[in-house]
Amino acid sequence: MILNLLSVVLIVAGLVFFFGASVGVLRFPDFYTRMHAAGKGDSLSSVLILAGFAVQQLHDLSLGSLLVAAKLMAIGVFIALTSPTSTHALMEAGYDDGMKPWGHGKGGESQ
Amino acid sequence: MYRTLIFLLLMVLWVIFSGQFDAFHLGLGVLSAGFVTWISSDCWFEDRQRGLGARLTEAWAMAGYTLWLSWQVVVANFHVLYLSLHPRSLELLKPRVVLFKTTLKSDFAKYVFANSITLTPGTVTIMIMDDQFLVHAISRKTAEALPGEMEARVAAAFDNHHKEEAG
Repeated sequence: MILNLLSVVLIVAGLVFFFGASVGVLRFPDFYTRMHAAGKGDSLSSVLILAGFAVQQLHDLSLGSLLVAAKLMAIGVFIALTSPTSTHALMEAGYDDGMKPWGHGKGGESQ
Repeated sequence: MYRTLIFLLLMVLWVIFSGQFDAFHLGLGVLSAGFVTWISSDCWFEDRQRGLGARLTEAWAMAGYTLWLSWQVVVANFHVLYLSLHPRSLELLKPRVVLFKTTLKSDFAKYVFANSITLTPGTVTIMIMDDQFLVHAISRKTAEALPGEMEARVAAAFDNHHKEEAG
């Protein structure tokens, strides 16, 4: 019961952050600011959802279920390591390509 | 010797994660562990002279830093949530590109610092050129916070152990 509640809270929190990231990707004005939303929103929300799954596994406490929970958390660690790296690679590609950052200059275009 | 150790380490990981002990799955494990050892074993431990004590100190510092960073990641996500759901979010955004010099010496510390910048509120690393960091910040406040407390923490956790590589 408590485990169920905890897992649901974790998964819903993850979904809320995912929602924020998606809305950010749609609403933010340019490539760079959208990457801010995509790059940060992903990591925490996926880890939260995976943690929720891991908690579900702990209903019947055995070596097998603990192993599954540990594997789920390992996926979380890999996402946390690779997500900023790929964000950075995309940002660098955009910058190398001469993408102008959006700003509050005249006409609302690049400053 | 060193390569065999790396291979065995990877193989143990494979067995734990796969949990299958038939010839097919173990064979796949040998193939992949062998391949990963072949392409990347040189990058695992750059400096093989350091003792276990130094490694443990480093691991401990890393654990402390990871905890602090996790908290920063949570703050970052609330920041993105606030910005993206705010009715006039365009007025809150004041993006700018910041160039600054870092005092970090080792490549690994720079890598950790760059990834940490990307994970925390309002800043994303665009590129590292030697000791110059090019960072995109989403607002004035986050731009002014650079490099700040994080660089000091990265230096304390990762750079002190690499002093012999400095220069």
